[in-house]
Amino acid sequence: MLLEVRDLHVEFHTRDGVAKAVNGVNYSVAEGETLAVLGESGSGKSVTAQAVMGILDTPPGRISGGEILFQGHDLLKLKPEQRRRIRGQEMAMIFQDALSSLNPVLSVGEQLGEMFVVHRGMSRGDAKAKAIELMDRVRIPAARERVGNFPHQFSGGMRQRIMIAMALALEPDLIIADEPTTALDVTVQAQVMELLAELQRELNMGLILITHDLGVVADVADRIAVMYAGRIVETAPVHEIYEAPAHPYTKGLLRSIPRLDQKGQELYAIKGLPPNLLHIPPGCAFHPRCPMAQAVCRTDVPPLHTVDEERRSACHFWKETLDAR
Amino acid sequence: MAELDKESVDATPNVTEVATVNAATDTEAVAALDAPVAQGEPILQVRNLVKHFPLTQGILFKKQVGAVKAVDGISFDLYQGETLGIVGESGCGKSTVAKLLMTLERATAGEVFYKGQDITKLSGRALKAVRRNIQMVFQDPYTSLNPRMTVGDIIGETFEIHPEAAPKGERRRKVQDLLDVVGLNPEYINRYPHQFSGGQRQRIGIARGLALNPEIIICDEPVSALDVSVQAQVINLMEKLQDEFNLSYLFIAHDLSIVRHISDRVGVMYLGKMAEIGTDTQIYDHPTHPYTQALLSAVPVPDPDAREGRERIILSGDVPSPANPPSGCRFRTRCWKAQDKCATEVPLLAIPERFKASDTPAAHESACHFAEEKDVVHAA
Repeated sequence: MLLEVRDLHVEFHTRDGVAKAVNGVNYSVAEGETLAVLGESGSGKSVTAQAVMGILDTPPGRISGGEILFQGHDLLKLKPEQRRRIRGQEMAMIFQDALSSLNPVLSVGEQLGEMFVVHRGMSRGDAKAKAIELMDRVRIPAARERVGNFPHQFSGGMRQRIMIAMALALEPDLIIADEPTTALDVTVQAQVMELLAELQRELNMGLILITHDLGVVADVADRIAVMYAGRIVETAPVHEIYEAPAHPYTKGLLRSIPRLDQKGQELYAIKGLPPNLLHIPPGCAFHPRCPMAQAVCRTDVPPLHTVDEERRSACHFWKETLDAR
Repeated sequence: MAELDKESVDATPNVTEVATVNAATDTEAVAALDAPVAQGEPILQVRNLVKHFPLTQGILFKKQVGAVKAVDGISFDLYQGETLGIVGESGCGKSTVAKLLMTLERATAGEVFYKGQDITKLSGRALKAVRRNIQMVFQDPYTSLNPRMTVGDIIGETFEIHPEAAPKGERRRKVQDLLDVVGLNPEYINRYPHQFSGGQRQRIGIARGLALNPEIIICDEPVSALDVSVQAQVINLMEKLQDEFNLSYLFIAHDLSIVRHISDRVGVMYLGKMAEIGTDTQIYDHPTHPYTQALLSAVPVPDPDAREGRERIILSGDVPSPANPPSGCRFRTRCWKAQDKCATEVPLLAIPERFKASDTPAAHESACHFAEEKDVVHAA
């Protein structure tokens, strides 16, 4: 296994109390595999990724438990310098908003080249040549002429390509993409996702795709982990989950999105609101919104039940959920 | 104000209803459901609407060096009680259309007839009277509500501007009624926006839009800032309110699935022009404009089996600048069908000649010289 997250807990100390953002998350990614982490805002999907990358703001954040095994080594036990060496070389991240993630006062060539100067000790001239090569690789037209341009001189799609180029620069084994196409138009989103998938295949990287878009997930993922209130509520191979979800939350999400290929009547709506992380409901965090909730759901936290070899569901009534299609 | 059961806004539709939706996979069966709303007189007629934003140079002696052609001659009708969806990518001019219809921006040329009256020429009292009937719901519920005003003041402010809509003593009650209608607790009247979640804030925005009993509501990306599970709640609320108050919606969004769900008719915009317009079945199941086809094919469908089956049209390049749009057809720089004719002749928005005689769903207005039907939404 390339990456294994085991029982990870992250909390944020705020003025109003302790916000439990991640409450015992387990997931793993193999080489060449795409894992989609699906969730709404506040579900803990980005915080988990930040903990894996080691870019969590501490304080206010704090990793209060768990292990992050990367190629067998627990990242949480490493010294900051060792961690820094892994970041960029072995694992890299693509952020949602390329304009605010790139440095506005440095040319993209300098920002791309910096990777090679810092990690590989290259000269500035060689680094620039490498930067041009990378820009070619992510298909930025006229790379040689544009290497000296600044981020604001590129369109949104091109900026996202530069982000991808940066993440790929040192050919890492793992890429974490946090909502990489959310800010883009659909035609550009299609271009960027295709590019990312192609490069992943070529380099046989593990990819963690963090998103809230069920369409994007269906398009590129091998496996899905659905998060709710800092927990994974369901994990399964992509085909199975769309066909027959084993958790009422996943089921509700799938039914609440309108379809492009047919016109339905009224949309199914999950009632209520996502929970406040300062006051996560006892028992199953989803119970106040769940149509299947029973007394046991209010008191007992459901463990991650084994549905079959590859599927897990954190619902007391996963069998009933599966049957009641 | 009509009574509206708060429960039912949030609550799930009953099981049998959902079952019928899922069973209706056959497009023909579904098509029958969305028969167009009875087409009487249009309530809003837009004719050759143009908005150019000048680009100037120099500080003291400003001179115009060009113009951003945000909206460049579009025409459409909006009928009573229908929803017209407008889709397009960022920069296509869809939000500028919204501002022009609200007369928040003055049109450079063209007309907007509201009940036979050209509102682009109105000012003063006459304009104010028209504005009462055309209201807006904004995209971002976090910035479109004043954080220093209570919900009661935000919604009640409309009555200060249009005092004839409600006498002073009744305003508070009216605001509470409105909160009830959009599914919020009327006792929340003294709360501030930050005490609500995103979905609840959007309900406040909708209540404000409804306050003056308008006939038309212009919704500019009303659900794109909301989480998936909350989106459905707000969409259902908007549909319910439309039936109840016989509202006409102009629904602007970039999410093509949501637009299909809520719209009776859909217009596709590209670089300030209307590329194609028709009923939702015509546009989604029988698109004839290459841009519409590319746009639809790029939307990821939440069905992993569609991965292989659907044809993908990946457009090359980016949208050209609206300050310097391509000659002829504006889409030709990214179009795989482009020929010499496309560079010289601007294609008109009309029913293509070849489909005119026949009674096919492809016979709807499309601005392409080489309009051809192509299904890109359903897996082969």
